Amino acid sequence: MGQPTKMTASKQKFVGRSVARLEDRPLLLGQGRFAADISFPGQWHMRVVRSPVAHGKLLGIDASAALALPGVHAVWTYKDVAHIPPIPFRLTGLVELEPYRQFILANDTVRYVGEPVAVIFATDQYIAEDAAEMVELNIETLPPILDASGDTGPFDAERATEPSIIRKSFGDVDSAFKAAHDVVSLELSVGRHSGVPMETRGAIARYDEARDILEMHGAAKVPWWNRDHIAQMIGRTRTNMHLLEGHVGGGFGIRGEIYPEDVLVCAAALVFKKPIKWIEDRREHLISANHSRQQQHRIRAAIDADGHILAIDDEFFHDNGAYMRTHAATVPDLAAAMLPGPYRVPAYRAVGHIRLTNKTPCGTYRAPGRYESTFIRERLMDAIAAKVGVDGVEIRRRNLIAKAEMPYDLHLDTLGTHIVYDSGDYALLLDKTLALAGWPELQASLKKRRAAGELLGAGVAMFVEKSGLGPSDTVRVDIMSDGKVEVVTGVASIGQGVETAMAQIAADALGVDYASINVVHGQTDRIDTGAGAFASRVTVMCGEATRLASVKLRDKALKLAAELMQTDAASLDIVNGEIVRTGRIGSSMTLAELAQAWPGELTATDTFLSSHMVYPYGVHVCAVKVDADTGAVAIERYAIGYDVGKAVNPRLVESQIAGGFAQGLGGALLEEFVYDENGEPLSVTFADYLMPTSREVPPVSILVTEDAPSPLNPMGLKGAGEGGTNPVGAAIASAIDDALQQPGAITDLPISPQRLKALCQKN
Amino acid sequence: MTHKSAITLTINNRDHAIAVEPRRTLVDAIREDCGQTGTHIGCEHGICGACTVIIDNEPVRSCLMFAVQAEGKKIRTVEGLADGETLHVMQQAFMDHHGLQCGFCTPGFLMLAVGVLEREPDISDDDLLDVLSSNLCRCTGYQNIIKAVRAAAQKMRK
Repeated sequence: MGQPTKMTASKQKFVGRSVARLEDRPLLLGQGRFAADISFPGQWHMRVVRSPVAHGKLLGIDASAALALPGVHAVWTYKDVAHIPPIPFRLTGLVELEPYRQFILANDTVRYVGEPVAVIFATDQYIAEDAAEMVELNIETLPPILDASGDTGPFDAERATEPSIIRKSFGDVDSAFKAAHDVVSLELSVGRHSGVPMETRGAIARYDEARDILEMHGAAKVPWWNRDHIAQMIGRTRTNMHLLEGHVGGGFGIRGEIYPEDVLVCAAALVFKKPIKWIEDRREHLISANHSRQQQHRIRAAIDADGHILAIDDEFFHDNGAYMRTHAATVPDLAAAMLPGPYRVPAYRAVGHIRLTNKTPCGTYRAPGRYESTFIRERLMDAIAAKVGVDGVEIRRRNLIAKAEMPYDLHLDTLGTHIVYDSGDYALLLDKTLALAGWPELQASLKKRRAAGELLGAGVAMFVEKSGLGPSDTVRVDIMSDGKVEVVTGVASIGQGVETAMAQIAADALGVDYASINVVHGQTDRIDTGAGAFASRVTVMCGEATRLASVKLRDKALKLAAELMQTDAASLDIVNGEIVRTGRIGSSMTLAELAQAWPGELTATDTFLSSHMVYPYGVHVCAVKVDADTGAVAIERYAIGYDVGKAVNPRLVESQIAGGFAQGLGGALLEEFVYDENGEPLSVTFADYLMPTSREVPPVSILVTEDAPSPLNPMGLKGAGEGGTNPVGAAIASAIDDALQQPGAITDLPISPQRLKALCQKN
Repeated sequence: MTHKSAITLTINNRDHAIAVEPRRTLVDAIREDCGQTGTHIGCEHGICGACTVIIDNEPVRSCLMFAVQAEGKKIRTVEGLADGETLHVMQQAFMDHHGLQCGFCTPGFLMLAVGVLEREPDISDDDLLDVLSSNLCRCTGYQNIIKAVRAAAQKMRK
């Protein structure tokens, strides 16, 4: 292929600027195409009949009344889909977890409230719902298992409650504890909550017999992987099945994984030769889409007299609900692998028990495993500070990995990669963020107001994130006959601004206006492979692939233009979509003219490979006021510093952080999936599952820094999707401890008003 | 199955003659029977506000109302906000202040904010915050929505 030439002539114009989003206009006009907006003539509606009990033997299903209802076409139970294998693992798929995968309909046992046991197909959504209520389930109730930290035992006839244990370690932990000046031990937990996007899930499958193509609309996040694996499950191939992403109303990790319903609509569209539409309702979403986060940790640190960490030893229990879904061991694996964070830990051991309970199965949620283990580690840091008698900032400073130690090999693996912090100046960002928060003045003012009787406190939390998971991304860039540019990617849009960011990168590399670029994502019929949008990977992986392909296309365009313009390519440049001669002397030609002269030639494809993740890092500073009478927490100040190496669009990065923060806040103070003693979910509406509103989310001061560009890609990019969420529980807990003047008071998230009020009464 | 009644819904000054069961929610009728899919369904129990439309100058949750109750009323949805190619000042403000990410909750916020500001143009910042707290957004953390609505409010007052 063509030799890449240097891009000296075209000036960087869009990367690094907060240009307006290309995505906004159709969304503002009500012209979005979300899953529920997609309909086909003659479509049938699918409604899922779900288990009403947490654990039981499914002895029989009587659907005769439902089938007799006019408008009902069919009812499926397990026997109709018995030939379809369980849903496979996408990440961290340990072999021993395979027996715990979920079938698309329950066979003889139900294991959580919300588990699909049958599906109705009807002409109309209302009829389908009527029919679902008429299906009689004969279930012999069994006692549910709801505690993930108790003794192990049988989960049911064939399965144990503990399918696997994650073990990660380095250094000599036991010797470090023997030699320690002191040991700090804590028991901590994080509550069950999840992404809960505003759009519920949806899937619409259509079989086109004329072309022998099966399409599924409503795809998100990882359409290519899902295409391959749904196809495999139902006897199709990657060439006669397409997944098509429209607008996606929020992803956050949970949306877009393969769920039973996705497979059911595809299988049914093939059998009935009718478009099959399924749109989830909110109650279904809250009991059937992936939950996340629920872990209990017992952690201890060996320290020296100055509070330097000598070793960390953590044992934790990960409540994964009733099945292992596509993420398999991903969340506990990440929790264990990322727990050491930004600190120098000479010896480390984590033992993570993966446990099953009769609750909704779990998957990843924004900053998966890290929201949890950052809470644990930062609570530990505060406890060490209290033990040594220094403040939280000082204890962190003493333990931070220094800039000179980069790249820093953590001697741990996760997601098939070896963890090496690629770059970072943690101490510098701590200083900058404390300055942003006005730390000394804040402390002085808290002291003064505390004296007047207010319960006020401030806290700090630090963390290392991960991003840019490989192994590869491929992008094709075309200059169309009208002179516009199309960038065809293998990633997905979940609202984060991928179209704008990729257009900015391509625009600079090509020399065109970013607004003239159409970025295609989530269409498996447009590009053969794609890794999708997760793990804050898109800007890093797809961004670099976009740059590579665009540079290649620019070289090709100049070479072809040189022939027409009777000059050599080196004396040409593309400026604002026009091919001009260096120095602007003589004739020029537009990209449209060039594309028309060379039909089909102006295309380039390139691939970016990466075997290591890149590691952004951050600091959150929080100041709170606690109301002793109500147990309410008011966040008076919140500052976030986050180093992303290089921000393609600083405003989009800031808004990722701001939005991520709101979700972290929800998990810290409000959101929890609560179950009663029978395993009945109690958080089944937005009146029970409380998400932050504009009243609860305070303004946040955000500082995006570029002090540590990644050495692993030419633009220095690191992902920005999860740093707003990661340490929020930790920072708020630290501030509340300070407000109560009770070090270590907060041991569990969420910090509900009831718990906090009880703590206040201890004062 | 229950009997369907013939009704006419007036959406953005256009009449839609449809036949609906008495139990059909307004939002389903707007979306499925009248084809106006800009109004979204987020919870169907009146909390998230994604389905907010303006009915006779009042922002209303269209999931909590039956279609038959809306007959004879003037319904405005997000599709009716722009004037041809020109965005409504509220839409423009959301774009200028980056008040949306995935865009799913956006139509509901637009209709809520427009409905309230048309009725009460001089609403205080604090009351406006109360109003906005009646809808949920999961992407933005709200601050840019608040900025956008405050900026649009100033323009709408002129």
